Amino acid sequence: MAWDYTEKLKDHFFNPRNVLKESEESYNADGVGEVGNIKCGDMMRFYIKVEEKDGKDIIKDCKWKTYGCASAIGSTSVLSEMVTGMPIEEAVKVTPKDIVAVLGGIPEQKFHCSVLGDKALRAAIENYYETHGKADKIFWKRREIICSCLDVDRAEIESLFYNDNVKTFEELQDKTKLGTSCGACIEKAKALLKELNESTSCSIVEEK
Amino acid sequence: MEKRIYLDNNATTQIAPEVKEAIEEAIDLFGNPSSHGKHGQIARKKVEEARKKVAEFLNAEPEEILFTGGGSESDNTVLKDLLFKKIENPNKEISIITSPVEHPAILETCRDLEKFGIKTKYLPMYENGIVKAEDLKTMINPETALVSVMYANNETGTIMPIKEMAKIAHENGILFHTDAVQVAGKLKIDVKDLDVDFLSLSGHKMYAPKGVGVLYIKKGHKLSRLISGGHQENGRRAGTENTLGIIALGKAAEIAMRDISSEEEKIRKMRDRLEKGLLEKIPYSYINGDRENRVYNTLNISFDLIEGEAILYLLDHLGIEVSTGSACSSGDLNPSHVLNAMKLPTERMHSSIRISFGKFNTEEEVDYVLENFPKVISTLREMSPFSK
Repeated sequence: MAWDYTEKLKDHFFNPRNVLKESEESYNADGVGEVGNIKCGDMMRFYIKVEEKDGKDIIKDCKWKTYGCASAIGSTSVLSEMVTGMPIEEAVKVTPKDIVAVLGGIPEQKFHCSVLGDKALRAAIENYYETHGKADKIFWKRREIICSCLDVDRAEIESLFYNDNVKTFEELQDKTKLGTSCGACIEKAKALLKELNESTSCSIVEEK
Repeated sequence: MEKRIYLDNNATTQIAPEVKEAIEEAIDLFGNPSSHGKHGQIARKKVEEARKKVAEFLNAEPEEILFTGGGSESDNTVLKDLLFKKIENPNKEISIITSPVEHPAILETCRDLEKFGIKTKYLPMYENGIVKAEDLKTMINPETALVSVMYANNETGTIMPIKEMAKIAHENGILFHTDAVQVAGKLKIDVKDLDVDFLSLSGHKMYAPKGVGVLYIKKGHKLSRLISGGHQENGRRAGTENTLGIIALGKAAEIAMRDISSEEEKIRKMRDRLEKGLLEKIPYSYINGDRENRVYNTLNISFDLIEGEAILYLLDHLGIEVSTGSACSSGDLNPSHVLNAMKLPTERMHSSIRISFGKFNTEEEVDYVLENFPKVISTLREMSPFSK
C-alpha cells in the first residue's frame, strides 16, 4: 500500500464490520445521520438503534454505508465497533482522534478527509433525539457546517480562531483542509473569518 | 511472492530477460568510458553501440542521442534551456506553450520557470483527452520560444497530434519538444517523420532499468547543459556515464525494434477484451479518453458510486496491480490533473482506474481480472450509501 495504513485499518477495510446489507426500510433505524458528499470523494451514512436501559439511551446496534477511500471505510467500520453498546452520552463525545487511536494511527494527510464517522454518528444521534421527542437532550451546540466536504463546522473554526490563533484563510485551510475539495465553501469561510476578526479588538487581518 | 498480475506498465516496467542478460554480461565492465586504458575503451565502445541502437530505434543519428538520468531530466534539460536564455537576455519576453495534461516533469518545471518570468500558456483540453493542433496556431505569438506537448498521455493513453503541431511550430520559427516516454517501446517513433527538435524517453518504461533516459536533440540545436562538469556526452551533460543503464537501454531499444509490431497485436487484443468485458460485466462504467486515438496498452475506466483508492486496494489484495486518479491516493489529495483538465465529473475522477498492459501480460491474466474485478466493484457498491 502506498499509504502507510495500520494492520488494524487494513483488517477493517478488507473485512468491514456492520455494513448495512439489508434495505434501510427493513433495518428501520432509530436515527440516521449523513455527512460529506460525492463531489468531495467521501460520504457516509450512519444508522443507530437505541435501547433505553436504566434511564440511559444505549446504542444497541449500528450500521453504516460509506463512499470513500480505504481509510474512510476502515475508520467507519472501527467506529461502529467502538460505539456498539455505548451510552449515547458517551458516543457523542467520540472524536476523530479516538477513532485514530483505536486504529493505531492513520497517514496524517488522510486524517481530515477520511475520518468523518464521528460526525455521521453525531448526526444520527441528533436525528434520533429529534424523532423521539428528546430534542431537549441535545446538549451540544448544534452544528453550522461551513465545509461539507471535509465536515468543518463553525465551532471548530471559532475554536481555532480563539485558541490556536488561526486568523487567516490560509492558516485555516492549512489546519482543516477546508475548501480543498469542491471549494464551494471558500467565500463562506473567508466571511466567517472576517466576522471573527472584526468582532475582536485586534487589528483586522487583510485577506490574502 | 504470491502471484501478482502487473497491470501498471505505464508507471514502470519490469526489466526484460534479454535486457537483464545484457546487464549481467556487462556487470564487470567497470571501466570509465573517458579513460584511455583498455577497460575504459571497452566501456566506451559499449556505450557508443547503445547510442547507435537508440539512434536507429528513433530513426536518428547517433550524435543526436544524449543519455540522461531519465525522462524527467530530459524534459528539464529542454525547458530549463529557456532559463539560460532569459538570464542572457532578461528584457526579452519568452513563453512556452504546453498542454495541461503533461507529466509533472513538464508542468512543475514550467511553474518553476514562471518564477523567473518565463510564462506558460496551456493548450485547451477536450473531453477526449487530446489537444487540437489548430489551437496551437491561434496561441503562438512572437514571445513563444518553445512548444512542448507529450506524444501520448500516461493516464489515458491518448495520442496527441505531434507531427501537425511540430509543423505549425516550425512554420512560425519555434522549436518543438515532445515527451515520448509513454510511446517509446509501444509505437514506432521516427523523429525525421515527426520532425521534432527534441524528444524525451525513459528507460524504465520500456523494460530497461530506472535512472537512464534519452534526450534526442536534432542536429544543429544546442541546449545549455543542466549538469556541468566533465566533457561527457560531447560536453552536453557532465558525469561519468551510467554504463550499465545505457547498455541496458540500448538492448531494450534493439528488442523493441524487433518486437514492436507483434507485441502491439497481442497487447491490443488483451486490452480490448478486458475493456469490452469490464464494460459488459459492470454497469455504470465508463472509458475515459478517446478510444480510437489511444496507445493500445492503456485503459482508463471509471465506475459510478464508488471511489478509486478503495478499488485499487481491493484489487491489490487479489493480486491485481493498477493505479487510480483518485484524490485519495495522491500525495497532495488532488484528483488527477489529467482527468480534471478533461473536465470529467468529479466522481468520475475519484473512481478512475488505469490499467496498463505490458509485454509480459497473458490472456490468462485477463481471464482472472475479468472474473475478479466485477466482484470488487459490487463489494464496494454494496457499501456505498448511493446504491439502493
